Formats: sequence, C-alpha cells, structure tokens
Amino acid sequence: MVASPKEAPLPSILQDPRRTNEEPKLFQVLAPDGTPVGPLPDIDLDTMLKVHRYMTMIRLLDDRMMIMQRQGRIGFYGACTGQEAGPIGTAAALRITDWIYPALREGVAMLYRGYPLEPYLCQVFGNDGDVLKGRQMLSHYADRSVNQVSWSSVIGTQITQAVGTAWAARYRKKSDVSVAFMGDGATSSAEFHTGMNFAAVWGAPCILICQNNHWSISVPTKGQTVSRTIAEKAVAYGLPYARVDGNDVLAVYAAVSEAASRARSGGGASFLELLTYRIGAHSSSDDPRVYRDEREVEEWKLKDPVERYRKFLISTGRWSEAQDQALKEALNQEIISTLERAEKRGPPPDRTLFEDVYATPPWHLVEQAQAFREEQGGED
Amino acid sequence: MPVMNIIEAVNSALRIAMAADDRVIVLGEDVGKFGGVFRATKGLHEEFGPDRALDTPLAEGGIIGTAIGMALYGLRPVAEIQFADFIYPAFDQIVSELAKLRFRSGGQYPAPMVIRTPVGGGIKGGHYHSQSPEAYFIHTSGLKVVAPSNPYDAKGLLLSSIDDPDPVMFLEPKRVYRAAKGEVPEGAYRIPLGKAEIVRPGQTMTVIAWGAMLHEAKEAVTQAEKAGLDCELIDLRTLWPLDIDTIVASVQKTTRVIVVHEAPRTCGYGAELLTLIMERAFYHLTAQPVRVTGFDTPFPYTLEDEYLPRAPRILNAIQKLAADPG
Repeated sequence: MVASPKEAPLPSILQDPRRTNEEPKLFQVLAPDGTPVGPLPDIDLDTMLKVHRYMTMIRLLDDRMMIMQRQGRIGFYGACTGQEAGPIGTAAALRITDWIYPALREGVAMLYRGYPLEPYLCQVFGNDGDVLKGRQMLSHYADRSVNQVSWSSVIGTQITQAVGTAWAARYRKKSDVSVAFMGDGATSSAEFHTGMNFAAVWGAPCILICQNNHWSISVPTKGQTVSRTIAEKAVAYGLPYARVDGNDVLAVYAAVSEAASRARSGGGASFLELLTYRIGAHSSSDDPRVYRDEREVEEWKLKDPVERYRKFLISTGRWSEAQDQALKEALNQEIISTLERAEKRGPPPDRTLFEDVYATPPWHLVEQAQAFREEQGGED
Repeated sequence: MPVMNIIEAVNSALRIAMAADDRVIVLGEDVGKFGGVFRATKGLHEEFGPDRALDTPLAEGGIIGTAIGMALYGLRPVAEIQFADFIYPAFDQIVSELAKLRFRSGGQYPAPMVIRTPVGGGIKGGHYHSQSPEAYFIHTSGLKVVAPSNPYDAKGLLLSSIDDPDPVMFLEPKRVYRAAKGEVPEGAYRIPLGKAEIVRPGQTMTVIAWGAMLHEAKEAVTQAEKAGLDCELIDLRTLWPLDIDTIVASVQKTTRVIVVHEAPRTCGYGAELLTLIMERAFYHLTAQPVRVTGFDTPFPYTLEDEYLPRAPRILNAIQKLAADPG
C-alpha cells in the first residue's frame, strides 16, 4: 500500500555535515501561495491556529508601533514584519522550559510563549510596568518567566551565552534546549564563530538559528560572506544544518522540532538558516530606499509568511475568511485597549536608577543616590 | 598549619568550593587534565571530572560568553583567563553583558561568577603576559575587583568571591604566585570583600598598595623604618568596592599618602584613590599626594625592571615625601 502524502513520515530535514559534497537543500512545506509541497509536520489543529493568531497579532502590532513611532509616542523600533515565521514557528516547536536568546526581531517569541501583552508593551514604553525597569531601549524584550534573555545590540553576543546555557542544562541533567537567534550580519562576528565552535565541540543541546533577511541595515548578505549559503558554514564546524524557507512557518516548525528533539536526545547542536526578508526598514531610524531596490521588496511581499499561512489554513478548511476577519478585529481591539493602559503609566521611580547594579548597593552608590535625592529636593 | 604559596591556596579554595557545591565548575584554556598553565586547577579534573574542570576551545570571548549562559541557568562558574593580557577578546562580554545583566534585566538575570586571571609583570613575559588591567574593571559598574597579595588572603577572598552574588574579577599576582608563602588553614574560611588590611601601622605617611606591588612597598617601608620613617602600609585586598573608611582614617592620621601600582599612571586606579582621598581628607593633608606607578608606555620586555615601581623607587618617594616641608 502506498502511503498518502499526509501519512508519510517526514524525511530528516537536517543535513549531515560530514557529507561535504552535498549542496544545502531548501526545505519547504508550503509554496508561497500556501499550497503544501511536501508532508505536513506533526502539529495539531490548536497549535496551527495559535501560530496563525500570533503571526497575525505581531503583524498588526508592528503596524501600530510604526505609526506610534512616527507620532513620537515610542522610541527606536525594529519591526518583525515579514520575518514572523522564524520566531513564532520556533516558539511553537519549543517547550516553555526551553530558553530563547532572541536577536533584534525575535523578542516577539515571548508573546507566543504566554507572556501577556500589557507587560510586553510596558517594555516598549520603558515605564513603571516594565519588568526591566525602563533600562533598555525597546526590542530588548526579556522575562525570566518565559526563559527569554535580553539581546545585545553589539550583535552575536548572545550566541555563546546560549551555548553556555545549553551546556549547563545538560550538566544539570535537564532536557532543556537553548536557542540563539542571529541575523545574517551576525555570521561575520567573532561570537558566531566562537559560538558555533563551542556548541559543536561540547555537543551542547542548542539550536543556533540565523534569520537571513538579506540585509544588515544597508549591507546586503553578499557584503557579509562569499559562501554560497549561510547554512553551509555549519559544515566546517561539524554541525548538522538545514536551509529552510523562513517565510514558511510550518517548515520552520518542522526544522526546529527536529533540531530540538535531536538536542534533547543527546545529539548536540544544530544550525538553521531561515531564508526570509526584512520588508520594512532596519529600524525606525533609517530609510531603505537609499540603499535597496524597491522591486526586491515587492518580490518578497509575494512570499509573505502571514498571508501564505493564512491561505493554507483557509484553502484546507482549517480556517475561514470570516473567522480571520473576526480575529483581526479582536486583536486590533486588544492591542489598542492594552496600548491605552500601558501608555498611561509613568516612568519608573528615580530610585530605580541606583538599584540592581549590585545585589546590595555599595557605599559609593548609596552616597550617589543620596546626593541625587538631595538635588531633587528630597523627592523620590 | 600548612605553608602554601598563592597557587596552592587558590587550588585549595577551588577544591573546597567544588566539593561543597556542585554548581561550582571551573572552565578555561588548559584547566582540565593539565591543571592550568600555572597549575592552579591541578587535580580538579581527577577529583571532580572533566565537566567540572572544563577545558574550553581557545577563545576568551567564548569562555566568558558561555560562562554567562551557565550562570544564568544557575551554575556558579569560575572562569580562568590564562593571562590578564588575553582578556580583551572577552571585554564586551565582561563589560556590557556580565557586569550589566542584573541591571538591564531589572534584577531578573544576575550572573554571579568569578573570573580568575593572573596579572602583572616581572616574569619576563613581555607585553602579552605582564599587564595590569584593573582600572578598566573598576571603572565598569556592576563588577567587583579583588586583588590578593598573599596565600592566606587569596584563599579566603576566593571563597568569598565564589559565594558573592555579583560578578567578581579575581586578579592574581603572578610574579609572587610561588614566592609569596605563608600559613594557610586546610579548611574553609572567608575574608569579606571590601575590607583592606593595615599591614603595618605607622604615623609618618600612608602607603597604599595591592597584589605583587604590596611586597615591593613592604620592602620599601621596612627600609624606611631603618631611616626612622614610620610608614603605615595598607593592602587594599579588594580594589572595588573600596574600603574607603580605612583609607580615609589612615590619611587623616598620617596626613601624607603614596599610592603604588604597576599599571600605567594616567587614569590608573591611583588617580581615583587620590581623588577620593582629597574629597574626604583634603584639609588633613600636609603635602601633595604621590603616585609611584608604571609608566604611560606599553609594558616592555628587556627593561621590565626599569618599568616596574620596585622598592628603591618607592623608598625614594617615601624619603622625598617625608622631606617635603609641606
């Protein structure tokens, strides 16, 4: 009996680094129009719909945030637009006990992992509801409750940290997996080389994921590397790797699931290149028309991850246009009402300036805090 | 009580900390089977296994970056950087990550760990095995900086550093690693961070030093005593947070002060120490404060004895300061 495509086992996505003559293959589950091109990963309907909900939410949230940035209501903003499948597909494939070290655009993963929108937006405003106490620019989202560590703007820094966390989890005999995200630019950093190498030498249970969005601010990927692909860099480190359609959330989900189960069962680290595209500017601070051809953007818009997945869900009867419309309206309402609450809050109290530098403030900080209070007229 | 050198005292502290708490691991280049290039981790590999005396690939940024990830997960790593001169590839991980994690995470992600590294010259190590980078780390908010001068302090301070909730830079005086010997208890004891020691009480002037330079200062002070000069010698032990009360009380009493360090002079720790003293004891001073330091040059190879502020230079400064009519 010939198995139907639906029942066929998914072939291994990860490629063996010892086969050095092998070309990196592009792994895809959905064509850009949402049509399945291969077997679907093992994912239940609730998870499928949750993935759609959060990809849609992040798209709407980013649209709203860019407007607010233009209105001067929030600071620097780095949108995830066009790259939602990476963080959401990854979050869906992980357990809540796993650790995520995001890069600039992957902090949204924590929303999928159950982090409420209001404290998330308080991190955007850096106000007194921000668990980070207003100490970082937005896009550095973190919270211990979801095992998400704040990213460094220096680029690549988080890669070795994620490898260390993975090593510690194995040392503690836990099955936790640690994930580090990076952009294509980060693959030029010393920390990329170091992190890939330490991960491989130690067999650390981690997944290092490059969101190749083709641009590092204004420099295209070809200005970062002459390798044919970023995925094949893993060959030199001896790490299993996959080159994945990063705008195909089911492909991301499948690849991360395989890498995670490999890590959990003692198989060590993997490297994934997710091919995606930064639809908007690098951040609210730049104008991409200066350095890139708008036709390239239009081409990538046709491969949009949110629309692709929506079409797949609707065309396979898992979702409907009416449900989608209702979802968008509900999400927009939630975003607007939560934003209103978050925006009303004030800054963190001045005393927090001197807190958390050390576990207990040493004499010099006590002195400085006191002098500051006196300058402020004794007010906290 | 057994006599130990500084290496043996450090080794003893590590063994005690690792036996007491399986969260404590040591990691770094050659710290495993080989026991470290100075042998500070000797025997730990055999006693605690390769995971707890962990050889790393050769990349300091990776040693500190991975140690941070371990600390965030709940371990208490003690990272060894083979020579302090090799620490700069890890500078970003130390200065912007390790030191700042508690603050920028709103207190959620402290990363308590110790970075042990041998500092200082006088071993014919040239530019890459002789530097004293303490000022960079004292300047970095969020770090504690410890610099023992003798075996007893090295062990007690290292055990306190491993217990400490904040990241600690533990700077070991490599020139006197084996030369400085003394009685050290076999078992555990702790010397609190942030407490200086008055090595020799005196009335004429205050001499402040730490690490290997403490021994040069001690020799100078001993010779000065023969010339009838009664100097008070202070070993800082912890550079930051500083034991400000001991320093200020001493200078208020003696009214004159010399700071000795082998790092270059400009923006060296001596600059900060003297500023703190002048902010608190300016009107007690009866002469200009003095620095005896390394020069503002790269660390030399052949002429390292000329570069280092050895006892004769310190003695000369003591005599000049004593003769200053004020």
